Amino acid sequence: MISKDIKKRFPILDQQVNGHPLVYLDSGATSQKPDVVIEAVKRYYENDNSNVHRGVHTLGNRATDEYEGARQKVADFINASSVQEVIFTRGTTTSINTVAQSYGRANVSEGDEIVITMMEHHSNIIPWQQLAKETGATLKYVDLEDDGTLSLDKVEETVTDKTKIVSVMYVSNVLGTKNPIKEIAEIAHRHGAVMVVDGAQAAPHLKVDVQDLDCDFFAFSGHKMCAPTGIGVLYGKKALLEDMEPVEFGGEMIDFVGLYESTWKELPWKFEGGTPIIAGAIGLGAAIDFLEEIGLDNIDRHEKHLAAYAMEKMSEIDGLTIYGPADPDLRAGIVTFNLDGVHPHDVATVLDMNGIAVRAGHHCAQPLMKRLGATATARASFYVYNTEEDVDRLADGLRIAKEYFSDVIH
Amino acid sequence: MSSINLDQLYRRVIMDHYKNPRNKGELADGGLTIDMNNPTCGDRIHLTMQVEDGIVQDAKFDGEGCSISMASASMMTQAIKGKSAEDAVRLSKAFSDMMLGKDLDEDLDLGDIEALSGVSQFPARIKCATLAWKAMEKGVDSDANPN
Repeated sequence: MISKDIKKRFPILDQQVNGHPLVYLDSGATSQKPDVVIEAVKRYYENDNSNVHRGVHTLGNRATDEYEGARQKVADFINASSVQEVIFTRGTTTSINTVAQSYGRANVSEGDEIVITMMEHHSNIIPWQQLAKETGATLKYVDLEDDGTLSLDKVEETVTDKTKIVSVMYVSNVLGTKNPIKEIAEIAHRHGAVMVVDGAQAAPHLKVDVQDLDCDFFAFSGHKMCAPTGIGVLYGKKALLEDMEPVEFGGEMIDFVGLYESTWKELPWKFEGGTPIIAGAIGLGAAIDFLEEIGLDNIDRHEKHLAAYAMEKMSEIDGLTIYGPADPDLRAGIVTFNLDGVHPHDVATVLDMNGIAVRAGHHCAQPLMKRLGATATARASFYVYNTEEDVDRLADGLRIAKEYFSDVIH
Repeated sequence: MSSINLDQLYRRVIMDHYKNPRNKGELADGGLTIDMNNPTCGDRIHLTMQVEDGIVQDAKFDGEGCSISMASASMMTQAIKGKSAEDAVRLSKAFSDMMLGKDLDEDLDLGDIEALSGVSQFPARIKCATLAWKAMEKGVDSDANPN
């Protein structure tokens, strides 16, 4: 277990909400930020703020060194073979859209197939819907098993030689399921397709090795892993990125500009049009240092423990349904649930009045909700700073909600 | 410390409408049909209304959502039946004002609806309460200005 003292590193957690000490269980939506990240951003703005890649002056050099230093940290963090494979974006959504609009438009045509799964987040559905509409390609879904996992047999059945892109989330933001990305990538490659990974719920919580996974693209967001909002990453294999056209044009990304023709900078900068998210990248670098100090394997183990503990505590409550795999080894620190007869919004309001923050709604996964036969669910998601006491508070809060609504439960 | 509590939100009359919704279902013979959802949370309402000579003759709702959204829909259908479309919209505006915590015209008789005033203390839930009213306004508007 990670030491409880880690909570002290997150200033925001030291507060009362509605008269109770805050228990933050919504890290799947966005994580809280440790002191070192807040300080890194502050230090940058107080000492080094300047635009990058252009200034002859000292501040410009410092800002550039820090920005590019953060890129190297990301490359090491995901074990990219080259720093040129790391593109800074606004987040997972922008990263996936970049792949769809650049790689997709150039390589997908009528009659081709794009394969995703039924558990995807909207950000890994809609870019492909749009690409399919534009190109005349077919969008295919791999259904999930009743236990909330993906079957490789079904992936085999769905991916064909017409498939050009397979895009799957590494960890489900609703079910908590860890998907067998390496095996799916192998199937995709056997059919000549590229493998895109939505790593938004994976990168913050477990050791990611893009070379071992052998994925072609990997997208994730900084704000779910202790970094500021507005910074994210698109990893891509160098050979693929080199052949791809930028999707945003303007300053920063050009080599030579003529009246009617221009050429682009080399990787990764050709994909970073406009003044980049400098402070965000520096914050992400600090977040990576922080997470690596704790150790991603420790974080993974800690969250798995909390999820297992939560499932045990919550299963003691009558009428509580937990979605996703029952086996804690198959899941990350996300527990999605419903209390019989009480709408998740009402559950979330009761919890909030007790200082406990959870998410309620469709979690940006409407097709999955439909598949689960639920219009909405409540979700508790854990991170480094959560403790068994937080889970106990959640279980107590759920009992209060149940009691409060006992009159109306049918 | 917090001065608001759950009982301000979940008044007895709200829970009664949630448990025993009035006008639940669908009007059989045509009329106005409005489907609306709250994309941030998945709440959904299917409203059917019969408006004749500018008067709301009948209204029914179906849908899925939390206690606040469903109770509000139940109260809304109850309140607008027999009212002129104009008065129904006026009531909806008053309801929006109530959600913003504004003082209301004392002459306005809100009946059960007044119980929802506590929602204004819970900003995250205001959209739940206003969904059915927005659907009603859309229906009245489409009746007055058909394409």
